[in-house]
Amino acid sequence: MSPLATNPPVPSATDPAVIRNFCIIAHIDHGKSTLADRMLQATGVVTPREMKAQYLDRMDIERERGITIKSQAVRMPWEKDGVNYALNMIDTPGHVDFTYEVSRSLAACEGALLLVDAAQGIEAQTLANLYLAMENDLTIIPVLNKIDLPAAQPDKYAEELAHLIGVEPEDVLRVSGKTGEGVTELLDRIVELLPAPEGKADAPARAMIFDSVYDSYRGVVTYVRVVDGRLESRQKIKMMSTSAEHDLLEIGVISPEPNPTKGLGVGEVGYLITGVKDVRQSRVGDTVTSSVNGASDSLGGYEDPKPMVFSGLFPIDGSDYPVLRDALDKLKLNDAALIYEPETSAALGFGFRVGFLGLLHLEIVRERLEREFNLDLISTAPNVIYDVVDESGETRRVTNPSEFPEGKIAEIREPMVACTIIAPSEFIGAIMELCQSRRGIMGGMDYLSQDRVELRYRLPLAEIVFDFFDQLKSRTKGYASLDWKLDGEEEADLVKVDILLQGEKVDAFSAITHRDKAYSYGVMMTGKLRELIPRQQFEVPIQAAIGSRIIARENIRAIRKDVLSKCYGGDISRKRKLLEKQKEGKKRMKMVGRVEVPQEAFIAALSSGEESKDKSKK
Amino acid sequence: MTPAQPLGLPAPLDGSIPQESTIGAEHRAFSLYVHVPFCSIRCGYCDFNTYAVDDFGNGVGLDSYAQDAIAELDFSARVLRDNGAPARKLHTVFFGGGTPTKLPARDLVRILQHAIDLFGLEDNAEVTTEANPDSVTAEDLQVLADGGFTRVSFGMQSAVPEVLEVLDRTHTPANVPKVVQWAKDAGLQVSVDLIYGTPGETLEQWVQSIKSAISYRPDHISAYSLIVEDGTKLAVQIKRGQYELPDDDLMADMYTEAEKLLSSAGYRWYEVSNFSTSPQTQSTHNYAYWKNQDWWGIGPGAHSHINGTRWWNVKHPVAYSGRIRNNQSPAAAREILEPSTRDFESIMLMLRTVEGVSTSYLQEIHGEALEPKLQWLVLQELIDSTELANGRVVLTFKGRLLGDAVTRELLPETE
Repeated sequence: MSPLATNPPVPSATDPAVIRNFCIIAHIDHGKSTLADRMLQATGVVTPREMKAQYLDRMDIERERGITIKSQAVRMPWEKDGVNYALNMIDTPGHVDFTYEVSRSLAACEGALLLVDAAQGIEAQTLANLYLAMENDLTIIPVLNKIDLPAAQPDKYAEELAHLIGVEPEDVLRVSGKTGEGVTELLDRIVELLPAPEGKADAPARAMIFDSVYDSYRGVVTYVRVVDGRLESRQKIKMMSTSAEHDLLEIGVISPEPNPTKGLGVGEVGYLITGVKDVRQSRVGDTVTSSVNGASDSLGGYEDPKPMVFSGLFPIDGSDYPVLRDALDKLKLNDAALIYEPETSAALGFGFRVGFLGLLHLEIVRERLEREFNLDLISTAPNVIYDVVDESGETRRVTNPSEFPEGKIAEIREPMVACTIIAPSEFIGAIMELCQSRRGIMGGMDYLSQDRVELRYRLPLAEIVFDFFDQLKSRTKGYASLDWKLDGEEEADLVKVDILLQGEKVDAFSAITHRDKAYSYGVMMTGKLRELIPRQQFEVPIQAAIGSRIIARENIRAIRKDVLSKCYGGDISRKRKLLEKQKEGKKRMKMVGRVEVPQEAFIAALSSGEESKDKSKK
Repeated sequence: MTPAQPLGLPAPLDGSIPQESTIGAEHRAFSLYVHVPFCSIRCGYCDFNTYAVDDFGNGVGLDSYAQDAIAELDFSARVLRDNGAPARKLHTVFFGGGTPTKLPARDLVRILQHAIDLFGLEDNAEVTTEANPDSVTAEDLQVLADGGFTRVSFGMQSAVPEVLEVLDRTHTPANVPKVVQWAKDAGLQVSVDLIYGTPGETLEQWVQSIKSAISYRPDHISAYSLIVEDGTKLAVQIKRGQYELPDDDLMADMYTEAEKLLSSAGYRWYEVSNFSTSPQTQSTHNYAYWKNQDWWGIGPGAHSHINGTRWWNVKHPVAYSGRIRNNQSPAAAREILEPSTRDFESIMLMLRTVEGVSTSYLQEIHGEALEPKLQWLVLQELIDSTELANGRVVLTFKGRLLGDAVTRELLPETE
């Protein structure tokens, strides 16, 4: 047991021997943020009065979804056996879309808390991050959280964790973020078990960027872990990937608000402010050194962010296009992975083709655009990048069905992923059926415990971007968890399916699919549109086609009566109001040739949720 | 419940109307509408301003109606004169409701004669009253004819008892031919109203109703489709699942049958819902509305229009009588129409008629955009190409069924 630290180490002059750097690996909802809050309280960094629930998750969306998108680092003092320590807790994102960010956070630590809900056991993403931590030689402290829950089964899951990391079940700590039980023991254990950072104090400075956040008042705030040497306030620094130089306007630690310091030494974790306005100038994974007498070798491990999923974003009100452009420009400042370029759709007007790290990233960006910038958006069905080789042997990157070449194609390659699914063993059949229907090839299967199983599949990325996760959840009563990482490319027999309304191609509904699935896509989309598009004054054929070959067809019968024949007498105003209302309705239609298509039809036809609803109806 | 009234602007209590509204009045016809808000029972589909009550207390009711209507007539004559309108004879008069024949025939005549005393009446002017086939006698009809009425419009709705029951209509179908004959004997022109698309009504039942109506040889037949309005008993019954709304395709079939039977029996359409044996038997009063002429509406909830100024009276008979007896305008609110709104209304109303709208008028509104619109409408067989060559946009039969779609295409932009 430790009281609050009596004599906390001073930042920038802290002996590496008393520093402990750690992160928390946990699944969404397993209580990471609540536990972090408890540690902030227990170490006196935050007084109960200041306590805002889940202090570390700053953005509203993160708070609502209970997930952490952007990691941050907090320095906490802790005294044990008369020695004052500095603990740096580095918060990590918990979702597969942000694997690279996770790997950089892990690289900034010597240890990790493996936090698992005592009522649920470990999940696939946690397992993936655990393996990542083990690959980075981190010391793992297994912790079961929520032991206060009536449904908690600490003995069962202690065994599972012990089995996974090769310790004894009694080594697994048991805590409750909610009641605070076990938190001081946990802090003590961190000091005892985790190694102190090692580095060369007299070598040229090298610090790794593990996060970079745009703040509208201060510009970009960069979070670093110093490996060698030291960084001083007011010195000139250099980003090693680009050789760009910046003045270090401010350097400090977060505890839990920013505290400027003279500098940061070996093993310390803190923040830098250089006045740059775009997170692209301060990239996660990059190495920071001093301009003068800087290091010659970077720390390694830097990668450019790779968008994997693309979707068209279009404002429902065409006049909002400049607002959307400005909004994306603003979001970009804080999101190095967000890329976009203007796109024009005959059906949807002006918009942007936007690249995302994954589906969650897409959803978060879309939600922020709608919420923070008050935009109403249509997003087209997400697709992946294809490499298309034409007959002359030339390769094109296709990120949009409209770029799919019309002529003969020699070869198409699509990105593949390696998936890990963890679920109770009763669902093995359902999972295998789903993966096979998504062109998956099984790589293996292992029992984690008597009734929990890990399945490994290789699947095309395109097959999991649409509604795979939803389907997996619904077929396993919500028990399955999923993790995936990119796993090269594979040649595939892919075709582009176009949707035609009265003979006119509607680009927004075109899709690249496997040849075997083209027919079902065509039937699904034409059927959906027949329900969604109101009857017109003339018959409207809806066709699905591969090239010039029609593969599916539906008809919207012509409307036969569209006239109000009521006796209104002298009440002309009432009649006029009715027609004005009809006319307003017409304005909100998008014209495809002469066919009036309601905005709602585009949204409903392109939303994946609607599809699964339709399926359950049939 | 009766329909919500438009919001509108406040209407002055002295009834005064903007000076602009009386400019050029000598070139416009002046008509009178008299709203009689009494019924024996409230029909399930009806959302007009009417009450199945004869006495509202406060000395307001069936007995006092004629006196209050006459007082509003005096008020109207004074307002028109004081606001610079020239004296005009009445072009048409129409008594509607409700059930005007709930009033004694001599009360209807007393109101009409007072109006004629005040304004005069054009030669051969059309004077109509609506009537319920169950509550009118041969004597009543003779009194009306002798008192200056020229035309009677019977609410027949259907010849099929099951259909009438859904509509809550109380009359016996067998009474209709009887009253039609009485009216003819009294020298009155006769119109009958039919409703199609009642929940549960079959195409065969509708055909039976039209055939019956035709067999009575009225001068005029109106065929309205049932519109289920919010707040009516029928709307509630449908919401509860007691009845099902008819399918639009069935309604189209019904209208198509009506057109076939009526035209082969010598009735020609002159407006989407109105058919007559000759141009002389078309309703002149209807045309006054559609051509945006001037009219004054007497009675609770009645609507008036004087050259771009519209107003509507307070709905409740007690509120109405209170205003009139205090020598105040009974108007609840009014609106003053923008020129573009007047164009909107003209197109909306006239496009439904056999006269249609002139292309030169539409040209002024749409300019170059008109031509492709017209070409498209001809291509879709919604407007008549021969009439178009003569400079008029007139709906084809298919165009009548899709009249609102054509109208939306040709309406001007409004604020």
